[in-house]
Formats: sequence, structure tokens, C-alpha cells
Amino acid sequence: MSVAAIAFYLLAAFAVGAAVMVIRSASPIHSAIWLVMTFLSMAGLYLLLEAEFVAAVQVLVYAGGIMVLFLFVIMLVNLNDVSERRIRLHTALSGGLALALAALILRVYGRGRLETATGASSLRVGGNLEAVGQSMFKNALLPFEIVSVLLLVAMIGAIVLARQPRT
Amino acid sequence: MPVPPGHVLIVSLLLFAIGVLGVLTRRNAIVILMSIELMMNAANLNLIAFSRQLNAISGQVFAVFTIAVAAGEVAVGLAVVLAMFRNRDSIYVDDVRLLKG
Repeated sequence: MSVAAIAFYLLAAFAVGAAVMVIRSASPIHSAIWLVMTFLSMAGLYLLLEAEFVAAVQVLVYAGGIMVLFLFVIMLVNLNDVSERRIRLHTALSGGLALALAALILRVYGRGRLETATGASSLRVGGNLEAVGQSMFKNALLPFEIVSVLLLVAMIGAIVLARQPRT
Repeated sequence: MPVPPGHVLIVSLLLFAIGVLGVLTRRNAIVILMSIELMMNAANLNLIAFSRQLNAISGQVFAVFTIAVAAGEVAVGLAVVLAMFRNRDSIYVDDVRLLKG
């Protein structure tokens, strides 16, 4: 097993473990910290899969921007009680549902046979960023513009929703 | 690719299932949003894995778009949580049941 494979399995195990801790932690702050861990280890996975640009964006946007937003709101809301009601039957039912969904997806995966991609990837002509940029601005220019409008709408919507109502 | 693509898909499957479990079991709206982020990340991992597998860069472009949409979704979602907290003094989703018959 190569060093890259070992790193992959370590990062993957850490990502999954941290994700479990996200939904298990009683305090939302702890959940947020574990979520950062998940995001960072997933950035590592992206690097190993030769998607350097996406890994950088993941660290900047998720671990930087989105997590700060989460922490801000947790601090603003500041609920001190961690006594979240959980119904036992509900938990069992949800667990069964999640397992069933996982089994379904696994079954779909089992249908296809995928060979491990070998050899040099053609995605790296002059670095990954250049390839992504070429594709984004040549093939996906319209979606790119639409995403910018979507972000503007989200920004205005967030301000309208979160604004202190006038008395 | 350092590992077989199936293993990457298993990792993303696990992350997605954990996200589903979080959405279904937690009552705290903020943690539910976090679980949704987990699911989006799992989808992203699939996109990246298949981008490497099929040698097609568009998977990575899609992943970047997904991240942008996730950022907008979190901003609006957290604004909704704030509005909910202001009106109901609670961020637990089972306290918001005005539409329940």
C-alpha cells in the first residue's frame, strides 16, 4: 500500500469519525468544531484525488466562511441548556431509515464495476487551477453567472430575514 | 488515484448516511443545517472521485458550484434560524408546529 493510500484511509476514517461526533455532540459548539475537522480532512481527500483547486476552495469557503457563520449564529442564539429532547423510538426509526438508504446506495454501487484509474491524469495540464478555470469559463459560463446572481439573492434574503424588525 | 474508486464511494456513502441520521434525529435547527452540509460534502466527494475516475474536469467545476450554493444555503438557513429564535425563543424544530393540523 502506498503512502497516498495510507493517508487516504487515515483521512477518510477521521472524516467519518468527526462526522459521527457532529451529530452526537450535545453542544452545538462542539458539533461545529467537529464539522471543521470533517471539512479539513475532506480537503485532504480532495488533494489526494488531485483536485487541488476544490481542496483550496473547501478550506476557504467551508472551514473559513461557513463555519464562522455557524459559530456567529450559535453565539447569537446562545442557548445554554443542552437538554435536547430525543425520543428513543424516533432514533431507532431514523437509524433504520438511514441504514436502509445506505444499503440502497450500496446496491446501486454494486451494479457497476469500476477499474482504478491509473496513469497520469489529463486534468493537470499546467496545474489543476488552469484546467478548472478553462472548463468553468468555457463550458460553464452561464451557470457561473447564475451562481453569482444566486449568491446575491441569498445575501439579500439573509439580510431581510435576519434583520431586527422595526418596532 | 491512490485507492480503488469504490472505497471513495463508500466513504461518501458513510458521510451521507451520517448526515441523513443527523437530520432525522436531531431537533436543534443549527445541527440539522450542519448535517445537511455533511450530505453536500458527501455529494462533492462523489463528484471529485468520478472526475478523477473518468478524467473529466467538469466534475470539479460542479463541485465548486455546489460549494457556492451551499454557502448561500447556509446563509439563508441561519437567517431563518435567527428569525425563528426571535419569534419563538427556541431553535428546536419541534417547537415550530404552526402548520401542524
